[in-house]
Amino acid sequence: MARLLARYADASFWMARYMERAENLARVIDVNATFARYDTGASTWTPIIELYANQEAFAAKYAEADQASVVRFSLLDLDSLQSIRAMVRAARENARTLRPLISTEMWMHLNTFHDWMGNLRPNRIAEPHLPRLCAAIKERCQAHAGIVEGTFFRDEGWSFYQLGMMIERADQTTRLVDIKYHTLLPNPEDVGSAHDVSQWNSLLRSAAGYHAFRRIHPRGLQPADVAGFLLLNPSFPRSLSRCVDDVNELLTSLKSKYGLTGGNSALERLDELQAVLLEANIKEVIGHGLHEFIDWVQRQLNTVTDQIVADFFGL
Amino acid sequence: MADTSSDAGDLLAHYPVGPFFDELLGNAEGDPALAEMVGRLARMDLDDLRRRSEDAEQELFNLGITFLILSDREAIDRILPFDVIPRVIPSAEWRQLERGVEQRVQALNLFLHDLYHDQIVVRDGVVPAELVLGHPQFVDAMMGLDVPRQTYVHVLGVDLVRDGEGAFRVLEDNCRCPSGVSYVVENRHMMRRAFPDLMSGLPVRNVDDYGRRLHNALCDVAPAGVDEPQVVLLSPGTYNSAYFEHVFLAREMGVPLVEGRDLFVEDDRVYMRTIEGPAPVHAIYRRIGDDFLDPRAFRPDSLLGVPGLMRAYAKGNVALANAVGTGVSDDKAVYAYMPRIIRHYLDQEPVIPNVPTHICREKEGLQITLDNLADLVVKPVGEAGGYGITIGPHASREELDACRARLLENPANYISQPMIPLSVCPTLTEDGIEPRHVDLRPFAITGASTWVLPGGLTRVALRKGTLVVNSSQGGGSKDTWVMGT
Repeated sequence: MARLLARYADASFWMARYMERAENLARVIDVNATFARYDTGASTWTPIIELYANQEAFAAKYAEADQASVVRFSLLDLDSLQSIRAMVRAARENARTLRPLISTEMWMHLNTFHDWMGNLRPNRIAEPHLPRLCAAIKERCQAHAGIVEGTFFRDEGWSFYQLGMMIERADQTTRLVDIKYHTLLPNPEDVGSAHDVSQWNSLLRSAAGYHAFRRIHPRGLQPADVAGFLLLNPSFPRSLSRCVDDVNELLTSLKSKYGLTGGNSALERLDELQAVLLEANIKEVIGHGLHEFIDWVQRQLNTVTDQIVADFFGL
Repeated sequence: MADTSSDAGDLLAHYPVGPFFDELLGNAEGDPALAEMVGRLARMDLDDLRRRSEDAEQELFNLGITFLILSDREAIDRILPFDVIPRVIPSAEWRQLERGVEQRVQALNLFLHDLYHDQIVVRDGVVPAELVLGHPQFVDAMMGLDVPRQTYVHVLGVDLVRDGEGAFRVLEDNCRCPSGVSYVVENRHMMRRAFPDLMSGLPVRNVDDYGRRLHNALCDVAPAGVDEPQVVLLSPGTYNSAYFEHVFLAREMGVPLVEGRDLFVEDDRVYMRTIEGPAPVHAIYRRIGDDFLDPRAFRPDSLLGVPGLMRAYAKGNVALANAVGTGVSDDKAVYAYMPRIIRHYLDQEPVIPNVPTHICREKEGLQITLDNLADLVVKPVGEAGGYGITIGPHASREELDACRARLLENPANYISQPMIPLSVCPTLTEDGIEPRHVDLRPFAITGASTWVLPGGLTRVALRKGTLVVNSSQGGGSKDTWVMGT
């Protein structure tokens, strides 16, 4: 069989990233809307814009960051590339490139998902419909993941897909944790209050991690435990550690299974990241500054991406 | 065999039989399989047919069996309208067509080889020198270049029509990048899903073999001495209107779909860029025009092609299908000489005759055309897609005057033909089942030998009374069933 075209590897990697990002953004919007139902005050929506570093693009279109404007910007806006609709479109454009490679089911599902997003009217994103809409988007993303799992031929193209998915998921989980800290930091005395606990609860649920967390921590719900679970638990499929381990395995298998010579510098960087995560104690991390830690992780992940791009997609 | 009697509602009871040859109702005698299919169709229910038709078109859209229309803001996917009532070709008729297409391929390959070598056909006066040697599609770089197995036209699409007497005639040859074969296969898949009851048990010839045959043909012409030739399909990219077909063919052949930027030439050899660096390429099924193939040899502004490709090709390090320079033989004026070309090379009469054609570059042809403008169809020789055609009997006085002026200004750019009363096929329309005009484009693949795909693309003019079947002019397509013996 012919070696995978570099352009296909590139498209596969990014298709996965866009879909994973879309799913996670739906999770972030969903959890933030849940927070907003407890709080009053418009300021609770700005973190979503900040998390994705979209302040400029947002300010160009909207005067105020309230639920209506942020949700509209994050769900439907096609002008920036940061809305779910734009991500699904970008995933579909990559899928278009990959059509010779991917299953008909995969293309057909993305195609109909894209059309469905395109037909969403602004009234569908209004508050009473928002949780259901986010659930519907997540479900479509998960259907995509299921079709990929069930139909994507297991060759290098699959590995690059998985790489993209895991790097993006790692990055997104750090954002999800970060958003809670953005939201709550101003009032340290709130920590541990009923209000605080219910927010951590929502956060866990938005990452589909509540029940798994309960199995590990049956009695309490300490913020540090939740952050530790989402970042460092080796078995939770969305945890940073789990994803980083997966990325490492995938890159290693590109060498061992397919005999590719690239990926060394990315692996070095990942080893470093893995070592830090293995040693990390969540209380110390929080003590030193969770946001700073997350920022560092995200920069490491970006570097890994850059190195994958240079080694495999370039030439 | 066909029981069209009364117990169920007869779908075809009010079918308006017109003056044209009918592919289903006028051709069923003597072919029991076709008669059986017509009987089954007649017992179907119109509402059910419509529902299934809508489902089928929705499915084609969702599957992305589409062509792209580019607007200023984005790319819009459109399906080629699909008519659910198949067109059927009886087995005896098909054997004749198959022979005719094979003959055509053989003659075209001999003709092209001659044109790019000794040009005996010109010296013997069979074809006028100025028509071919000065032709914009004649490629000087091909002179004296030997292509593997002397095959120039690896993929041929021949447009056929049936005239008023029911005889098939060749309307034109497509020797460059004939398109539409993906619809042939996908329409069949669609019919199998949507109309198993219409098809089950009938001896309909398979069309699934196309990709394998094409791959084999490309391996036939790949450079000698390569054990497992690397074949690729070269596409202009995702925004080409025929991108789906390129995807389809790459998948069916199991080869990478590449764009020009995926390939490069080093030391006159072609490589593709993979995740592990360069990998050699031996045969290219290219779906981009000659002009764009190689910016060093042809259009310097082409971004679609591969710099240095022509040198690699000339050295025999890579095969191109179709060969460069085949456009000269699918010119509508050269078409007029095809019967003479067939006689010249094969010493045979054409199995499928041409439509009688007046060549306006010739004084006599021009005169006949001008004298009978209102009865003739005038076609520019260089256009494709049904553009620029004046259909005399349907044209207004103004249109005829404009046509006359164009003819006088540049007669060599035109041919004319009598208006062919194209055959019709029952078609699902808003007003029920009605006759609509159809044509047929069989496809032939040639590597070491020639294979003709059973059937081909049936295009149907969906607008009532229209004769133009091109998709750019509101045409659709049908599944085409060749009955086996």
